[in-house]
Amino acid sequence: MLNYGIPLQYFLIVATIMFFVGVYGFLTRKNLITILMSIELMLNSVNINFVAFNKYLYPDKLQGHFFALIVVAVAAAEAAVAIAIIINIYRRFSNINVEEVNEMKY
Amino acid sequence: MALSDFLLMRNELLLTLIAIIIVVAELAFSPQKQHKIVSMTLWLFFAITIAGFIPAAKGVLFGGMFHNSELTILMKNILNIAVLIVFIQSYSWIKKPENNYKIAEYFLLIVSTLIGMNFMISSGDFLMFYLGLELATIPVAALAAYDRYKNKSAEAGVKLILSSALSSAILLYGISMIYGSTGSIYFAEVVPRISSNPLQTLAFIFFFAGMAFKISLVPFHLWAADVYEGAPINITSYLSVVSKGAAVFIFTIILFTVFSPVMAMWKDVLYIISILTMTVGNLFALRQQNMKRFLAFSSIAQAGFILLGIIDGSQFGMTSVIYFVLIYVFSNLGAFGVVAAISNVTGKETMSDYNGFYRTNPKLSLVMMLSLFSLAGIPPVAGFFGKFFLFASAAHQGYYWLVFIAVLNATISLYYYLMPVKAMFINKSDSPIVFFRSDGMTRLGLLICVAGMVVVGFASAIYEYIRMLSFGG
Repeated sequence: MLNYGIPLQYFLIVATIMFFVGVYGFLTRKNLITILMSIELMLNSVNINFVAFNKYLYPDKLQGHFFALIVVAVAAAEAAVAIAIIINIYRRFSNINVEEVNEMKY
Repeated sequence: MALSDFLLMRNELLLTLIAIIIVVAELAFSPQKQHKIVSMTLWLFFAITIAGFIPAAKGVLFGGMFHNSELTILMKNILNIAVLIVFIQSYSWIKKPENNYKIAEYFLLIVSTLIGMNFMISSGDFLMFYLGLELATIPVAALAAYDRYKNKSAEAGVKLILSSALSSAILLYGISMIYGSTGSIYFAEVVPRISSNPLQTLAFIFFFAGMAFKISLVPFHLWAADVYEGAPINITSYLSVVSKGAAVFIFTIILFTVFSPVMAMWKDVLYIISILTMTVGNLFALRQQNMKRFLAFSSIAQAGFILLGIIDGSQFGMTSVIYFVLIYVFSNLGAFGVVAAISNVTGKETMSDYNGFYRTNPKLSLVMMLSLFSLAGIPPVAGFFGKFFLFASAAHQGYYWLVFIAVLNATISLYYYLMPVKAMFINKSDSPIVFFRSDGMTRLGLLICVAGMVVVGFASAIYEYIRMLSFGG
């Protein structure tokens, strides 16, 4: 492995922590926008993984970099649709708290 | 690479063309003439469905990112037929005056998800797979929130987009670990480097969880019932048939190719998930009163049965999965078609409203009965043969206990599939749904479903054809 100063493991640890902070946020937050932010956190931890693996382990090909770029683009599209729907929720319920948006139950 | 090589993507290119035509037509037609888009799209889509059956070349494009075989073309054709039926069934709903200003959106969003599904099925690497998957899921959330002025529809949309974004993130985390441990995202290069070392096992678990969200297998099924209930009913039928069918196809392909070196591991996972999915789906379906929720849980249980075919892990399993999905398309769309016809005319969606329905609308009741019998797997209709081959492929590998539990579950499912039939044929009601004559397109859609349910079951040529392609491709 090449020596870039910071070993690969550190990147992976940061990415893993970010991912599970995102999962925790998704499950516990009550505000729809914050839930969306938690998902972005998870997607960005994936990007760190891809870029770190690419840079440290397979520097001769750029597959990981491409993947990370496309994940960024798709995450933007996802956020656009999600925010449009959340704005509609706000118009209907005058609220974006998940506990208020529960017309359907078991 | 010659220009003619692009003909390998024939179906995708034609669908993209339709999407562009719809956008241009929306701009070209004045607001009073927007309804012309409906019949125009129907004819164009009919032409594409026919064109899909013209034999096409096999091959690989873009250095292995996109590959086309007879099997993938067959899968795309099944999805095309399903979408055509959905379009025919939504004809009278989309022509309602309140939908006039958003006709083009409906068709555009459905066609773009179909493009995504086609690329997903044909994908040869994880990048194309991920792009196709996202193109197939993001517009569906916009579709679920289609009824802008209904609270339930908005709620369904937000539940769908958030849970599908979560599942994509989980899936991507798995893909990133696969990339890290194998050094490639191409399926062909990944396969020889997959083993059951801890990192790749973890990657597989993340990948599996992400896909299980999309197919709504049991620990990950919680979004399905709410989304199915809240979305407009024609979109619910699209979600439960086409989206699920495409996800099942690609899930089967990836398990059979990329994860074939760790087959023993995923068979154990599927064994448990299959039992859970069948049982939980059935038990929850028992207590549903809303017809859309009822069909949602029934489709969760059906996904559990499909896993019986995947667990086989051989070409025989692939055949039975494709055959079952083909039958599932006709039977589920038949049931949804009747529920949609009733809901569009009267707005009634609960099971008790169906009391005495046979006396006022005998033909619709018969179609509903046939579809429910097919879903339950009662012999004269095709559903029986679909379930039979699924059970046979699991028994083929010696999973006798699994088949036994599946048969028990099929018996439980018989009870709740007969509940609406009992309501329609036996229960009496003081105020039954009055007689109505559904319009020509609804009847055409239901006719195709009934014909499909009968023909696919009895014409063994169809099964033999799928079998030949599964073993050849």
